Amino acid sequence: MVAIAALLAVTLLGALGTFLVDDRHAAKFATAVSAVPLLGSVLMYYVYLTEYGGVGNALLAPGDIAFRQAVDWIELSGFTLQYSVGLDGVSMPLLTLTAVLTTLALVSSWTPIDERQSQFYGLMLLMEASLIGVFAALDFFLWFVFWEGVLIPMYLLIGVWGGPRRKYAAIKFFVYTNAASLVMFVGFFALVFSLGDSISTLGLPEIAQALRAGGALSPLAGISVDQLKLLAFVAMFFGFAVKVPVFPLHTWLPDAHVEAPTPVSVMLAGVLLKMGTYALLRFNFTMLSDVATGAVLAIMPVAIAAIGVFSVIYGAMLALAQRDLKRIVAYSSISSMGYVILGLVAFTPYGVGGATFQMIAHGLISGLMFMAVGVIYNETHTRMVGDMSGLADRMPWTVGIFVSAAFGYMGLPLMAGFAGELFIFLGSFGATETIGALAPLLTSVAMFGIVIVAGYLLWAMQKTLFGSYELETDYEINGAPFHDVAPLAVLLLLVIVLGVNPDLSFRMIQQAVNPILDVGGGI
Amino acid sequence: MVNLPTWTALAPTLLLALTAIILLVVDSVDPDTSNNELLAGIAGIGSLAAAATSAWLITGGTGLPGESGALITFFGDQLVADQMYLFFSFLIASVLALVVVASYDYMREHRYQAEYYSLVLLAATGMSLLAGANSLAVAFVSLELASLPSYALVAILKRNRGSVEAALKYFLVGALSSGVFAYGISLIYGATGSLQFNDVAQGLSGGPPAALLGVGVMMVAGGVAFKTASSPFHFWAPEAYEGAPAPVSAFLSSASKAAGFVLAFRVFVTAFPLDVVSTTVDWVIVFQVLAIVTMFVGNFAAATQEKVKRMLAYSSVGHAGYVLIGLAALTGGSSDTFVLGSGMSHLLVYGFMNTGAFLFIALAEYWDIGRTFEDYNGLATEAPLACGAMTVLLFSLAGLPIGGGFFSKFYLLMATVNTGTWLLGAALIINSALSLFYYSRIVKAMWIEEPAASLEIDSYPVGLYTAVIVAAIVTVLLVPGFDAVSSTAESAAALL
Repeated sequence: MVAIAALLAVTLLGALGTFLVDDRHAAKFATAVSAVPLLGSVLMYYVYLTEYGGVGNALLAPGDIAFRQAVDWIELSGFTLQYSVGLDGVSMPLLTLTAVLTTLALVSSWTPIDERQSQFYGLMLLMEASLIGVFAALDFFLWFVFWEGVLIPMYLLIGVWGGPRRKYAAIKFFVYTNAASLVMFVGFFALVFSLGDSISTLGLPEIAQALRAGGALSPLAGISVDQLKLLAFVAMFFGFAVKVPVFPLHTWLPDAHVEAPTPVSVMLAGVLLKMGTYALLRFNFTMLSDVATGAVLAIMPVAIAAIGVFSVIYGAMLALAQRDLKRIVAYSSISSMGYVILGLVAFTPYGVGGATFQMIAHGLISGLMFMAVGVIYNETHTRMVGDMSGLADRMPWTVGIFVSAAFGYMGLPLMAGFAGELFIFLGSFGATETIGALAPLLTSVAMFGIVIVAGYLLWAMQKTLFGSYELETDYEINGAPFHDVAPLAVLLLLVIVLGVNPDLSFRMIQQAVNPILDVGGGI
Repeated sequence: MVNLPTWTALAPTLLLALTAIILLVVDSVDPDTSNNELLAGIAGIGSLAAAATSAWLITGGTGLPGESGALITFFGDQLVADQMYLFFSFLIASVLALVVVASYDYMREHRYQAEYYSLVLLAATGMSLLAGANSLAVAFVSLELASLPSYALVAILKRNRGSVEAALKYFLVGALSSGVFAYGISLIYGATGSLQFNDVAQGLSGGPPAALLGVGVMMVAGGVAFKTASSPFHFWAPEAYEGAPAPVSAFLSSASKAAGFVLAFRVFVTAFPLDVVSTTVDWVIVFQVLAIVTMFVGNFAAATQEKVKRMLAYSSVGHAGYVLIGLAALTGGSSDTFVLGSGMSHLLVYGFMNTGAFLFIALAEYWDIGRTFEDYNGLATEAPLACGAMTVLLFSLAGLPIGGGFFSKFYLLMATVNTGTWLLGAALIINSALSLFYYSRIVKAMWIEEPAASLEIDSYPVGLYTAVIVAAIVTVLLVPGFDAVSSTAESAAALL
């Protein structure tokens, strides 16, 4: 199947083409190009739903990976590196999410981006291609090429088109994520070298199966197998946790979000954070499930769960203290991603499945929130709570969607966020075999995060959207243009569709997640 | 297929030499010519032909042992046309081609154009010959053939004081190291009674005087360290690279370094095989120390520079340290092929990315925008295409996987792991991480900083642009195509 290769090729060539297109046409051209991966991935999603009903986990049951393609790439002293791609129930929704958000983010760039347009749109497409690659790659090197390929466009997008403190934010992002990549890389290769001759490729499926079969590892440089697993787990967890991000590795995120232009924030919150949790699921929780469940070091799952729950509360508290709408949404992302960590470490079908579902739900909702804040900013040129009030009169559509999205964020039933969080809580509350006796307590504390979310979102909305109309900045508000509001409406629709019928994604997610749990923790 | 005569295996070197002679003839027919198109055209065609011939000969299997099991050799084994010779001839000729294309714009306004082009071609001839040298005598002669034109090239802008000063320093250190190298050769001849590499290796088994041999080997290693700009003989490199016109710096830091390394690979692997000499002179330890020191010295010095060209010069010292792993991780066992092959692969990838980066500096010198990081501020607003290419080259030099530099560094890391030389691997990782810091300073300056009001670019020279962009494209294409490089390098290393 060359479907994924075609998506990658079109997006990459489209990106290169966009660099060469004149600034006046770059926006339309890039949006048109991004329609190809969008339609392609939606079609693939449909084919997946109808044709690949029983596909398991791409790493553990490679016999029936959807859209599989593998071509030998490089011979490396005993290993074969492959161009190897394929999808399962975890990566298929994430890939579709990427394509949807990119196109919508590109449309939402039409208003705010007014300089160096061909470079902006070209970099956005370059990032989309890399993101597609991250979620589709099944060979470590291929995956790593795409993984790093996301960072460079992001660095430039923040650094060139960002706000007043863009230089600081861009450098901070770059340093944090590259240092994290390096640590992760070293940790992963400690595993690979320790596997030695028991693997012949660097395919993620082969490595995952060798690791889960047990007995394939051998001591390396005087470090015992268990210690090695533990070190590799911690190194990879650190590397991916920076991306997620979890406390205390989160400080790059608010800076990056506040300085980044709106469409870039949408991609950052909507997809880039999910790279971290996706990789955690694929590497830490699939390959080293015995460490993740506490078989090697009993405290591990409790520690991770505590980190996740702390991120939930801490992120929400920080959001409570902000006046900048964008900062509020940025900090609340830290809070929401904490739920994902909690779901993953619960290691139960609903926990891991819910965490994966939450990645999609949060991608849609946080993308929507950032976009809505952006639309308001385009009109008012301020994001500060207190600088404006009563916007509901002037831009009813935008405000209507904004309020709906905020309720989605608070976990209103029949919206995607509710489903995701509910699944996670269901999964983690009884996860006594991994998290131990503390599971119900930690889950309850995490639930309390929702209350705080409601607190700051309701407060911010009341201040800015309702009451009598006032605006501190000298701009006339006439309601946002159609192409600014349309992406919001599409996202809201998706949030509701997934909220009403979570099985559209949750079924395939469960099929992909269950094999991880079967072989590993045994619960 | 037609059976070509044996001498055609040396075609890359012969083509380079022929082109140099043609250029001299053109110059003597019309001594005052400044016909830039003609001169650059001849040089460009000659270098491209040499590169293409090398690639064609490699794919045709010329460098592999023939039906009799013997390699193609000349003059009683003094020269050998094996895959390593072809691999490095390809590398040197490709770098030369890029440099010549860039020089078309860079040298347009300068005098001595015919001399310039013939000198680069002559130097390249020497380097290519060095790649095939199979005896210490030939090695010395070709080393001088490569070095003497280089001294003149550094000083080609003879009214530029910096350029002349750099050339003088380069010449003095170079002359000294040539003397050391020649003296080392004489000691080795004294110890083993021969100059040809294989005969030297055989002479070792007779139990030569250890002290004599040891001093000789050390002196040869010193000569190699000079040519490859490795510690402790790297001091000339930042001076020469900074003072020289940027295309010449590109040529010296890429091709000349590669030539130094091919000499090192041949001399140490063929003439002083580890299993024989490890008891008397264990040169692997020497190279381990050199590799680590060179990596740290080059990268830490690069991180503290204020001038872009000087930073790149020090970073090229750091890269010499990485390539030295190709010698330092040798064990005499079965993994040696891979170790050596990794070093060669890194040299090839480095050849393209480093040449491209220096040629971007040449572009900046052409625009006369200044030498410090601040002078590059906001360059991308004026020249996005060139800056995009430079960004790719720099990130690849740092080892991010958007260019072949990632793979070649990873191969070197694998080499250290396979042989258990952890210290070298750790040094490689630390220094690569550090290098990202200083390479990204340029990226930050070009893209993120505000341009100075005075920044204005009024011309977009075709030749320089072509060279920089081609270098960047090749660097990117080496990601999917790395297998071709690494497998050739390994099969070439296996023949030593």
